[in-house]
Amino acid sequence: MSGFREEDPRINSIRTKIRVVPNFPKQGIDFLDITTLLLDPKVFKNTIDMFVERYKNKNISVVAGIEARGFIFGPPIALAIGAKFVPLRKPRKLPGEVISEEYTLEYGSDCLEMHVGAVQHSDRALVVDDLVATGGTLCAAMNLLERAGAEVVECACVIELPALKGRERLNGKPLYILVEYHS
Amino acid sequence: MTSGNVEDRIQKISSVIRVIPDFPKPGIMFQDITTLLLDTKAFKDCIDLFVERYKDKNISVVAGVEARGFIFGPPIALAIGAKFVPLRKPGKLPGEVIREEYSLEYGKDIMEMHVGAVNAGERAIIVDDLVATGGTLRAALNLLEHVGVEVVECACLIELPELKGRDRLGDKPLFVLVSASQS
Repeated sequence: MSGFREEDPRINSIRTKIRVVPNFPKQGIDFLDITTLLLDPKVFKNTIDMFVERYKNKNISVVAGIEARGFIFGPPIALAIGAKFVPLRKPRKLPGEVISEEYTLEYGSDCLEMHVGAVQHSDRALVVDDLVATGGTLCAAMNLLERAGAEVVECACVIELPALKGRERLNGKPLYILVEYHS
Repeated sequence: MTSGNVEDRIQKISSVIRVIPDFPKPGIMFQDITTLLLDTKAFKDCIDLFVERYKDKNISVVAGVEARGFIFGPPIALAIGAKFVPLRKPGKLPGEVIREEYSLEYGKDIMEMHVGAVNAGERAIIVDDLVATGGTLRAALNLLEHVGVEVVECACLIELPELKGRDRLGDKPLFVLVSASQS
């Protein structure tokens, strides 16, 4: 049996609404800009619907969104499937007690934080961001959730840059994406 | 099935907002909405209250202020069929932007919006989690008005009335769900 799978008809308009901005944030990088997708209410709704259809019957109790563009896609998904939304933030933004996870960047490192008490052992979680590149941020997010005892069911992004092999950094956790970008 | 009357829903929303003393610095009572995001019914009620208010007002733009405005703005936009426009800290939006400088308690900050995100004559609401001095909302208002958008209202979950943010908005109406004292 061939691996051919018909693409959902909504994918093409999602793909075409994403804007490629060359040389941002620096020379040689093609930036995948989802803000143009947000300007089309029907396509933005289709994007959310595709995630909701996938997750609504999977007993997901937590949607964790990565600051800042994960805050745009995560909450509508959480609301539609009846899950809590948990923001994962840059250091010192969340008030009160947090746990932190450091992760490496191309140059240097960064840190992601989650509130203590946001998730419990019984929680089944999704991690949501607009894009997966090297997978470093998603990996840090998964670590935070697992350290707090939650089960990460899947990572979900609108866009993947497969050349940067982010999938391999997810310790075998599944990754679901809508659009691939090949430069 | 009703979702409860307005007063009951607002009472519940108010009760799940967490107050963190002395954050980000001594003397400040920080209004933390992340606990509301963990209560699926309260989060949904919060969005519904805004949607009920704006759905028949021909709003074509919901502008959300980074970063917590990204949590509440998109669900409202999706429900009323409007575009979502992120208003961001400097250097985050790729491509051409317009910027507005505004003052903080100490120093200044800059807010940016994409050129072409909105068109003259569109009707907009601005969404953020909280209004304090009104400086951020004022900057957002200026950005949108500079390009000919009609800002119909500013919408926040929480107001700190002692900081007189309303005064900074001039004749622009401000709608809030909860009023919180700083003492």
